[in-house]
Amino acid sequence: MKVLVGIKRVVDHNVRVRAKADGSGADIASAKMSINPFDEHAVEEAVRLKEAGVATEVVVVTTGAANAQDVLRHALALGADRAILVETAEHLNSLASAKVLRAIAKREAPQLILIGKQAIDDDAAEVGQMLAALLNVGQGTFASKLTIADGKVTVAREIDGGQETLELNLPAVITADLRLNDPRYIKLPNLMLAKKKPLETIALADLDVNTASKVATINVAEPPARAAGKILNNVEELIEILHAQVKG
Amino acid sequence: MSILLIAEFDQNSLKAATRSAISAASQIGGDIDVLVIGQNVNAIAQQVAKIQGVTRVLVADDAAYAKPLAENAAPLVQSLATKYSHVIAAASSFGKNLLPRVAALLDVDMVSEVTKIIDASTYVRPLYAGNLNATVKNDEAIKLLTIRPTGFTAAQDGSQSVSIESVLATGDKALSRFLNEQIQTSERPELGTARIIVTGGRSLGSAEKFESLIAPLAGKLNAAIGATRAAVDAGFAPNEWQVGQTGTVVAPDVYVAIGVSGAAQHVAGMKESRIIIAINQDPDAQIFQWADYGLVADLFDVLPKISAAL
Repeated sequence: MKVLVGIKRVVDHNVRVRAKADGSGADIASAKMSINPFDEHAVEEAVRLKEAGVATEVVVVTTGAANAQDVLRHALALGADRAILVETAEHLNSLASAKVLRAIAKREAPQLILIGKQAIDDDAAEVGQMLAALLNVGQGTFASKLTIADGKVTVAREIDGGQETLELNLPAVITADLRLNDPRYIKLPNLMLAKKKPLETIALADLDVNTASKVATINVAEPPARAAGKILNNVEELIEILHAQVKG
Repeated sequence: MSILLIAEFDQNSLKAATRSAISAASQIGGDIDVLVIGQNVNAIAQQVAKIQGVTRVLVADDAAYAKPLAENAAPLVQSLATKYSHVIAAASSFGKNLLPRVAALLDVDMVSEVTKIIDASTYVRPLYAGNLNATVKNDEAIKLLTIRPTGFTAAQDGSQSVSIESVLATGDKALSRFLNEQIQTSERPELGTARIIVTGGRSLGSAEKFESLIAPLAGKLNAAIGATRAAVDAGFAPNEWQVGQTGTVVAPDVYVAIGVSGAAQHVAGMKESRIIIAINQDPDAQIFQWADYGLVADLFDVLPKISAAL
């Protein structure tokens, strides 16, 4: 069984992102970049499926500029077998990203597609569901556990108020939540090994995907700051405030 | 303008998040048809029919919708969507699962987690865990939105009921099957819509301390209980209590953060609260930068005192 994992290069989660002065976007030109954390869980799960003998090959794919190779190498160091960079300088909205992944899925014919449940830059959580719709397959979003048997995947999903378990026919799209697994630390030899694994670059223009979007960001700004708070002197003051705000 | 709004409900009642989505839809204007997708959902449809701002209730009642499977619900919404200018759902785990699937079937991009409606095609939504707000223009012929419930008040019941009509089901697509669910039932208010929330962090040290210190205070305040990701990961609290970028986003009247450090991904889920009260033994904890009232104190000393005094 082949597993395809979609990943994204995003601003590292420790960076406090600010708006550009002209409001045209986030000021990320010099920010440290990393693999989207949810996508790292998706890669880890795919590698574990291979280690368990369930998957035979793990292919990772990202769409972006040439520098997105770094997150592909990271995924290869985690244990993916080969990588595909769909190279473009343009920013893609969710639907276009899903269409690119569909084009790659048509080429690779994976039985399982894993992707993070959301990217921590736009926090949209859309691409996995869109891809499942485009491929007309089942979707297991916000997944915290998955088991594969008899051509089906059983997936536990984090939902408001608890958890639900679904069974999906394969192929299917799974979007990874943080509780799916704990990604491994990458050891130096694996980092070296990753440099020798195959990384194919495909120009976006060669995929014949319509990437036009009618949704556009027209301004990006920092939210208004909260007014400065007050440090209380003792617990009695706090009790008084709770009485006034809650009980009163 | 005409809006198709997808209702969300549990066994007995409509979710408050749907009422917030109806408020957002009312700000856009035009007719609001609310679609109830389920099996034996007459009682839910009648609840919806009473809500102020609703024009009509549409019911798709079919065995294929007994559980909210996106694979079956998305083609139904797609079949109705072409008659509308907007399709709206709450940005809950239900709405976020369903609407992007509908968007792709309609070949449109969508806007998720809307916190503010500027006009019929322009909205504000957060980026980067709420560190930034983006103003987004949606020029698609059918505009799909999910609404973050904390940004909008819940629509209330009006004085009369509107009509309820059936719509044709689109069948079981046989791609997915519901097996089971574990939903926490609690006497406490629901986290996402609670007026008061008491949240515990990792400093509580153990599941036992979390329970023995947070639960009595939450009880006294009639509050929902929240937890940080660190507290959930440490096993002190169940995942469905998690407040933050990847958990539930909340905006209660009063948010009491106990032993919470104030990591960015947590703050993203609670910074819109009206009043934030923080108790932490570390005077340099980030949470104090967000708190309206802060107390630097030993949790294990002051929490029993607070619970006893209320």
